[in-house]
Amino acid sequence: MKKSSILMILGSAMLLSLFFLPLWNITLEAPQYPIPIGMDIYITKIADHNPNDIKNINLMNHYVGMKKIPEHMAEFDIFPWVVGGMAVLGIILGFLGNHKLFLAWFVLMALLGIAGMYDFYAWEYDYGHSLSPKAAIKFLNPDGTPMAYQPPLLGSKKILNFRATSLPMIGAYLMFAGMGLTFVAYLLGRKESK
Amino acid sequence: MKFILKSFSILIVFALTWSLSSCGGNMGEKKADNSGSALGKSTAERVFVAPGQHDEFYGFISGGFSGQLAVYGLPSGRLFKVIPVFSQDGEKAYGYNEETKPMLQTSHGFVPWDDSHHPDISQTNGELDGRWVFINANNTPRIARVSLKSFETEEIIEIPNSAGNHSSAFVTENTEYVVAGTRFGVPIPQRDMSIEDYKGNFKAALSFVKVDPKTGHMNIAFQVLMPGFDYDLTHPGRGKSHGWMFFSTYNTEEANSLLEVNASQNDKDFIAAINWKKAEEFIKQGKGKMMPAKYAHNVYDEATMKATSTMENQVMTLDASKLPGLVYFLPTPKSPHGCDVDPTGEYIVGSGKLAAALTVHSFTKMLKAIEDKAFDGEAYGIPILKFEAVNAGTVVQPGLGPLHTEFDGKGNAYTTFFISSEVVKWKLGTWEVIDRKPTYYSVGHLMIPGGNSRKPYGKYLVAMNKITKDRYLPTGPEVCQSAQLYDITGEKMEMLLDFPTVGEPHYAAGCPASLLEDKSQKIYKLEDNQHKYATKSEKEAKVVREGKNVHIYMTMIRSHFAPDNIEGVKVGDKVFFHVTNLEQDYDVPHGISMIGANTSELLIMPGQTETFVWEPKEVGVWPFYCTDFCSALHQEMQGYVRVSPAGSSTPLKWGLDGEWHN
Repeated sequence: MKKSSILMILGSAMLLSLFFLPLWNITLEAPQYPIPIGMDIYITKIADHNPNDIKNINLMNHYVGMKKIPEHMAEFDIFPWVVGGMAVLGIILGFLGNHKLFLAWFVLMALLGIAGMYDFYAWEYDYGHSLSPKAAIKFLNPDGTPMAYQPPLLGSKKILNFRATSLPMIGAYLMFAGMGLTFVAYLLGRKESK
Repeated sequence: MKFILKSFSILIVFALTWSLSSCGGNMGEKKADNSGSALGKSTAERVFVAPGQHDEFYGFISGGFSGQLAVYGLPSGRLFKVIPVFSQDGEKAYGYNEETKPMLQTSHGFVPWDDSHHPDISQTNGELDGRWVFINANNTPRIARVSLKSFETEEIIEIPNSAGNHSSAFVTENTEYVVAGTRFGVPIPQRDMSIEDYKGNFKAALSFVKVDPKTGHMNIAFQVLMPGFDYDLTHPGRGKSHGWMFFSTYNTEEANSLLEVNASQNDKDFIAAINWKKAEEFIKQGKGKMMPAKYAHNVYDEATMKATSTMENQVMTLDASKLPGLVYFLPTPKSPHGCDVDPTGEYIVGSGKLAAALTVHSFTKMLKAIEDKAFDGEAYGIPILKFEAVNAGTVVQPGLGPLHTEFDGKGNAYTTFFISSEVVKWKLGTWEVIDRKPTYYSVGHLMIPGGNSRKPYGKYLVAMNKITKDRYLPTGPEVCQSAQLYDITGEKMEMLLDFPTVGEPHYAAGCPASLLEDKSQKIYKLEDNQHKYATKSEKEAKVVREGKNVHIYMTMIRSHFAPDNIEGVKVGDKVFFHVTNLEQDYDVPHGISMIGANTSELLIMPGQTETFVWEPKEVGVWPFYCTDFCSALHQEMQGYVRVSPAGSSTPLKWGLDGEWHN
């Protein structure tokens, strides 16, 4: 088998790690939380970083009228099929060995990734903006609009007494590395076919 | 006349020593203030633990007549917690809530107070293992076991045939036993007889309480019945002397009145050496005698969060007078108080509290004396070993009124002197005095972390004083109790710190912080809560009437109770608030109290359930609220119970946020 095929199979197979490794993490730091509280986002669930973190995030956030972190989302049903499908497709393409299809796979995966990030942003926006009208604490921005509590997509942001940090986790890094491998597979395939 | 002269001369010596020691004290103190240590740090820096930093050691200091056990950080002397043990504590609802009331049950009924004296940390292979700390109740004889994970009292066992449980609660080197020796001789079994018939008729029980190595659960394995002397303090053999327990005695005169004079006549009293391994053999051979006895055994179950009190009805006894080889007496001058065994297990230090010298016995010599039958008569059938045959040495003129000795593990011993108000450092083996430092004032016991084990941590020494006088800002006639911290790493001791204590600090145990801090309980898992009346979610909250009893299954979470409105309670009802803290976050307890309840608040840790009883006496609408500032909306954490007249038809219902159930 060609080196490019092996790389393509390996790279797309690395997507499968997302079934058991977390994709993303949001951590909240505050003086009262010397051990920060955080949630790990998987393609199938949102989980406690440390035991009871989500319960405690919900408790904190209910004062400003934020919704609970959902136990179930439509994404949890869709993402496994998309990720699993792309992994299987990538492996099949690897066996077929056509490097142009490797590139097509890479572009499709990148588009899906961007869509996924947009979806994540949309959820964050809703989570931070859609507040209960009966909230006990209602803060306003200097311009008089209601304050929103949307966590950042990537990086850190100060929200009242909390510093919210949003970063990829091991699953995402493995996915990026896998995608990188498929792109290398494309380049290598192009070289091999010359 | 002779007696008057004698006491007069003692007074003169006392006065001289007092003035000498206070002179030396002032000089010593100045030196401590101005000069740094070898490391060049000021005294203040050496006890300063910066904000947010942790102390190096835990100190568990007995609460004396408060009945409790206080937890301090060393070297800072900061008070962290007062663990309720033998006295009711309204702050933590100990002895007030339905769960812990059984902890204070005794054969005499509910006893809400005691006098706690001597904490001792559990050991494995002669070293501190940090699982439990045991402490004795002196007045109504009991031993308590406190968990060093939850820092709460988990078990209390009453000691029958005992009175003034003073020589207690010390553990053997694998925590096989925790012991309880009686300070008062009493009729055994108790009966109606003339006090004047004490001598020869009263007896004393030395109890060996077996500790389950896994659960820590205690049961009285046996009691050694001894002559009716007063058994003052005790320490276990260790290393080579493991298997023996040494008890100091006074009142070998067996006086029953004016003991300050009549129990101070004998030149020598005894240290009783008990061979507990032999005791175990005697029991196996059927030489023990089971006798009827009534004593309470109270156990708190962490899963059900409920204490249960069981009344036991018999105890195994061994008659020391009739079982040769079980007990030997080591003559020791002048009413010894402390009876302390050095880390090697070879030396037994007797502190004759009315003597001007310290007597040290040798375990090796003791075994030889027993083998050679080097006896100097007997007392009630128990052989008295020849003083010369067991004595290892004497620390000559170390001070006045020696009380208690601990060790630094480097071959040095440190003894407190009550009358001359000082701590004296001396060398084991050569018996020479190395250093002396004053205490302020009249020191009782001292503590070196691990100082009663094979492995002392010889860095600090805590001296616990009986008198405080002018050392702090005055607080009326009752001034604070006081301890003092000394650095013992150098050749000479250095006083670093005074700090106030809770109740009278009789005795203490200490250990490195690293032994405990990482395993300290943070929360209780809600799913593990097996309390009979637990409510694990708001949906399950309810109110149930059973005749006159109304059971409220209530939850608490930031920042509300569920339910927080209750109607249908009537005058004459007995209302049980079973309240579960649904929090699962570190340091988020909630409290609850009800106006007019004839009991304390509840202070409930995350994941736990507790119960208090309220018997409404008046018609009205009565509020309850959260007593522990839990959150930004703590003040809003409140609710109402409507109380209707007895016999009214107000239906029982409960609600939260306008949603009612019935």
